[in-house]
Amino acid sequence: MRKVLIALSAVAALAACASRPEATPTPDTTVGAATTPAPSGPTPGSAEDFRVSVGDRVFFGYDRFDLTPEARSVLERQAAWLRQYPNVRILVAGNCDERGTREYNLALGARRAAASRDYLVSLGVAGNRVETVSYGKERPLDPRSNEEAWSVNRNAHSQIVSGAVS
Amino acid sequence: MTRAMDMVRKIFFAFAIALVMMSSSGPAQAQVHVNVEEGHLNPMPIAIVDFIGANPAAQQVGADVASVIRANLERSALFRPIPSNAFIERITALEVPPRFADWKIIQAQGLVVGQVTPLPDGRIRIDFRLYDVFAEQQMTGFSYTTTPDNWRRIAHRISDQIYEQLTGEQGYFDTRIVFVSESGPRTRRIKRLMIMDQDGANPFFLTGSNAMVLTPRFSPSTQLITYMSFETGAPRVFLYNLETNRREVLGDFPGMTFSPRFSPDGQRIVFTLDMNGNSEIFSMDLASRSRTRLTNHPSIDTSPSYSPDGSQVVFNSDRGGSPQLYVMNADGSNQRRISFGDGRYSTPVWSPRGDLIAFTKQMGGRFAIGVMRPDGSGERILTESFLDEAPTWSPNGRVIMFFREGRGEGARLWSVDLTGRNLRQVPTQTDASDPAWSPLLP
Repeated sequence: MRKVLIALSAVAALAACASRPEATPTPDTTVGAATTPAPSGPTPGSAEDFRVSVGDRVFFGYDRFDLTPEARSVLERQAAWLRQYPNVRILVAGNCDERGTREYNLALGARRAAASRDYLVSLGVAGNRVETVSYGKERPLDPRSNEEAWSVNRNAHSQIVSGAVS
Repeated sequence: MTRAMDMVRKIFFAFAIALVMMSSSGPAQAQVHVNVEEGHLNPMPIAIVDFIGANPAAQQVGADVASVIRANLERSALFRPIPSNAFIERITALEVPPRFADWKIIQAQGLVVGQVTPLPDGRIRIDFRLYDVFAEQQMTGFSYTTTPDNWRRIAHRISDQIYEQLTGEQGYFDTRIVFVSESGPRTRRIKRLMIMDQDGANPFFLTGSNAMVLTPRFSPSTQLITYMSFETGAPRVFLYNLETNRREVLGDFPGMTFSPRFSPDGQRIVFTLDMNGNSEIFSMDLASRSRTRLTNHPSIDTSPSYSPDGSQVVFNSDRGGSPQLYVMNADGSNQRRISFGDGRYSTPVWSPRGDLIAFTKQMGGRFAIGVMRPDGSGERILTESFLDEAPTWSPNGRVIMFFREGRGEGARLWSVDLTGRNLRQVPTQTDASDPAWSPLLP
């Protein structure tokens, strides 16, 4: 089954390549790697490819859920990748720093996840491929209690649920 | 609030109470009185004698009961239990009136004596009497018959009797705390539901470590707990039945559900439903499972809490640009902002007395626990630190428990009096957060 998925994904990758928008900064090497696997680097279409080559997190300001230009850029890469691998389904998790109360942060994280999802959908990703969840302040990326950690912990994290190349 | 809501409930622990009003002369003639507002400044000296017993086992229970009563009263900061080694008279029989002069000399204003009697059927009877030392008269006396392993609850009930007699306010010692027990690294925190007596005794887990749980709250009957869990993936409101140890998801909703609380009559749960990033407050009738939408606004609306008469709901919204407190009628009408101070307000909880709303306030990078009247006036900050969050009221509305986290540290439970004094850590074996205080047990 996985081999079939890999084959399908590779075909999809090549097909998607032709229509990829110019603005999408996904390295061309990922397509080449699909046919001749490189000794190092993520397998194209894999969860690692998505995480490393595309970027799986976008970051927010304090108590904000609007997308920064940097966040939009990452989401545009995510959308392009998702168009390239149409079998992939993702879960976008909204996360918050610890400088808010628990329930408010659950609601705020939901807004961040929804903002990311809405942008992906506006870029042509089918809505039924993108689920959302909020973890509020319960799953910090950086365990420290300082500004640097908080800025990292305010994010929307796109995780592949299914359909990726293994 | 009275104990009226406790009626018609199964007794959680099997024990029988025999009320024996022993020649009580009534509180009207009593000379001792503790003012809950000012009592901390000059706690009442009170002598609590180890309860006497007919055999060593009964004597041990008697000593343990007295010890729990002393700890409860001391923790309230309204009383100062006198060390036993200062006692002059040795109590050897309950029927013999104490030598009040011996207790006056050591400045005792109240005197508590008692007796543990083993019964032929294996149960025990615990008698106690509270004396007003200066009036030289008994204020109250009770007799409880129970199983030997239930002595702690009797000690809490006696503590409540003493508190009520001497303050004129309802007690809060025969209560439990449900909270979230925390362990593991901060990036992979394990959060489990735990329940314990208000003094930290008898802790046990209600849920396993497979799913993170948050924000448990008691039903008025104390038999149900509603909480939020990631057990099925996304946040979902659950119900946990303490009698059957079964849990269930509350309703089948398209989005996330969280921040649940019971209505004062226990018939409804009010909670937040988030759909596509828009959180709204709903209530659900538990019998029919029919739901009612209370808010309709693109902003964050969350953390609802009913007034004790059930007519209003206080909640948290950022519709004004930052998180603030709002009050609405229970049907969602007449939504109005009540918090106007500097800072960000959240987690409002209506006092069981109805007179105040407790909240978390963020200001200047610090988190505070405070109270205000339901119209927003009279704001007072009780305690603040790097992170103080999630107030819960004692059933008499006199004490607030919350959790506190230091910078980079785990959370612990703390309590503070409504006066802002008597800040104390609540003993827990693990890190702990999201406390919820039960009503008085039935």
